[in-house]
Amino acid sequence: MAEEKRKMVKVYISGELFEVPEGSTIVTAMEYAGFQLKRGVGCREGYCGACATVYREKGDYKLKGGLACQTVVTDGMALTQIPFVPAEKPTYDLDKLSPDVSTFMELFPSVFRCVACNTCTKACPQDIQVMDYVQALIRGDIAKAADLSFDCIRCGLCALRCPAEIVQYNNATLARRLYGKYLSRKSPELEKRLKEISEGKFDQEMDKLKKMGRKELSETYYKREIKIS
Amino acid sequence: MYPDYMLESIKKVEKTRNKRLELAKKFGKQVYEPMTEKERGDILNTYHPDYKDDALKEVHLGPNKGEKIINEVVDVLESYPRNLSQTFDLSQPDYETDVLIIGAGSAGLSAAIEASNKNVETMIITKLRLGDSNSMMAQGGIQAADQPDDSPVLHYLDVMGGGHFDNKPELAEALVMDAPKTIRWLEKNGVMFDKYEDGRMMVKSGGGTCRNRMHSTRDYTGAGICRVLRDEVQNRPDKVKFLEYCAATEIILDEKGQTAGAIVYHLELKKYFVVKAKSVIIATGGFGRLHVRGFETTNHYGATADGLVMAYRAGANLLYMDSVQYHPTGAVFPEQIVGFLCTEKIRGLGAQPVNKDGELFVFPLEPRDIEASAFIRECENDMGVTTPSGLKGIWLDSPLIESLSGPGTIEKNLPAMLRQYHRFDIDIRKYPMLVYPTLHYQNGGIEINAKAETRVPGLFVAGESSGGVHGRNRLMGNSQLDVVVFGRRAGKFAAEKILDGIQIGKMMLEHIDKYAKEVKELGIDEKRISPILLPDYIPTHVKAKQLTTTYHGTLF
Repeated sequence: MAEEKRKMVKVYISGELFEVPEGSTIVTAMEYAGFQLKRGVGCREGYCGACATVYREKGDYKLKGGLACQTVVTDGMALTQIPFVPAEKPTYDLDKLSPDVSTFMELFPSVFRCVACNTCTKACPQDIQVMDYVQALIRGDIAKAADLSFDCIRCGLCALRCPAEIVQYNNATLARRLYGKYLSRKSPELEKRLKEISEGKFDQEMDKLKKMGRKELSETYYKREIKIS
Repeated sequence: MYPDYMLESIKKVEKTRNKRLELAKKFGKQVYEPMTEKERGDILNTYHPDYKDDALKEVHLGPNKGEKIINEVVDVLESYPRNLSQTFDLSQPDYETDVLIIGAGSAGLSAAIEASNKNVETMIITKLRLGDSNSMMAQGGIQAADQPDDSPVLHYLDVMGGGHFDNKPELAEALVMDAPKTIRWLEKNGVMFDKYEDGRMMVKSGGGTCRNRMHSTRDYTGAGICRVLRDEVQNRPDKVKFLEYCAATEIILDEKGQTAGAIVYHLELKKYFVVKAKSVIIATGGFGRLHVRGFETTNHYGATADGLVMAYRAGANLLYMDSVQYHPTGAVFPEQIVGFLCTEKIRGLGAQPVNKDGELFVFPLEPRDIEASAFIRECENDMGVTTPSGLKGIWLDSPLIESLSGPGTIEKNLPAMLRQYHRFDIDIRKYPMLVYPTLHYQNGGIEINAKAETRVPGLFVAGESSGGVHGRNRLMGNSQLDVVVFGRRAGKFAAEKILDGIQIGKMMLEHIDKYAKEVKELGIDEKRISPILLPDYIPTHVKAKQLTTTYHGTLF
């Protein structure tokens, strides 16, 4: 079996020693050891943020953070799972908010406790400038915060490490929603198309296509002009 | 980083890059002649995995009895249920709600928002966390014909042609006609679409589109949408109840055959409970984690076709379960990310697929099944590159993007891709990506109408678990559209029907008893149980010593 030829490394899963194939990620190492995962696992491709965890490497005092599905185990690594990140999440009606600092003063007063230590940025597995967007929010620069936090997958590592107990990622979600709804300029073309659709501009042509037999529809399809850039 | 022998092949790619760059500058995307109808048919027949003789088998029970469908799907359909009348007490529901939504990806979340907008009691259950889904992982975009040179009619043609004209016309029409208002709805909810300074949408082309109509939120389009919908659902605790780590195992019907709720299993407490509901919306996504034909998959951990099984046992029929979408560009190197989706947007931005000699061999933006077949042909003809672990792939020449559009283009448009490869010391701005088709999408599913209804009264389906919208092949950017369009429709129509008045009778599982009897008559191994809930990746030698040694599917 190919399995037997693979070089193995020793890892400590929640303190217990296991041998797992070299090149395993934290997720696949745990599965190899026999754990069937429920919490702390998700898309397995670094997109969903379900598997944020902490680990220590051999000979290194640092407690490191990362996504379990993206972090390759090393010999002597001590690893575990974090099942859940408790986080402050106020509820709000987006229609009634204003896209400025007052919204954050009301909903997320904790964000103003930021001591600019940059621990959040160092903890982020997405390399997001977390502290910078927190500072942007404090200044009321929603657009900047939305832009800087864009790649956030809400894994929660920033909030877990923050000494000021801020829940950065929930602030960031609100900042992006405010930007998308209120601050980004509206597309005139989209509005025009919506009007055309409501006026029934395409109905006749659509009906014609819907009634076409397979052959006629196929001919129309292959004859359509392709204008892409 | 790539080993030396692969770098040798990369040198050949670099050698032809200038020539290919000139082609792109001269002809735009049309660097290679698109295939004719006949060529498309030929390549599919010869190289597409669905067209292999042993890809399908007959299903022996249920609404599609006698049809040939994908082997792995037949296996989960021809399995025993967990809950039967004799062993399960339905008399005391643990929860009662108007609408029960199973699944919390963008389809389920959209349904929850619309149902709760109508002020009906709404409950959403998910076997993992709220929002953990394939929706979250979608990268490239969402289609909508909102540009001046485009129209919903052209979008319709693309959808039908991409689906080999097998799509249900009323569903394709709903998809394309709802598209522009879907974009506006998402924006009103705070989705940040990629735009120019003046507010115009930045739109790109995708495989099989005749116009640029791919809207995006960088290459986190699915996340850009799903995290907004999740936040919105979490903002409504008084209107939407949600339960996590809870998987539905069966649909409950009443004596008239109307949907009456679901049996739910709490994965952590290992406990079943009963939810009584006037309507159920299945939004459980697809089947990638069934690993059809042993393919790697881009799919989420939970994509195990649970909804298909439950709906089928309740009497809903399936459409086009003889077709699987293999995304042309799944990573095959490095090993840690095998199967990982390399978004079609990479080709949309100008990257070209080339073989081991650096030669172009296909129009880069054919519909996915055609493009995937061309990649397989190249590898079977020994024109691919073999990885150290024995997988084959062709090069996706990403550095060409910046040769075409300037430095910074990749960082701005493909941050997720850049980051993913960077984690394994590969800079995709300088080196191409080695790719091979990966199991991506369930083209067919439970048949619905334009109101997202199945033929079982009160049972709705939205998103990837439904069938008919995309025919036998979905185009890029139409699944993100599908989940929101039909998620919203399901939520809205389910709520309206309830407001019109639905009387649920006695909750029953007789349909399950009957189904179980038929499974037994087929002589199926009693350890085969479905829905499987989660895939099982524990190695055989470890599993052999575990309590559930012989259990098929998940451990629970």
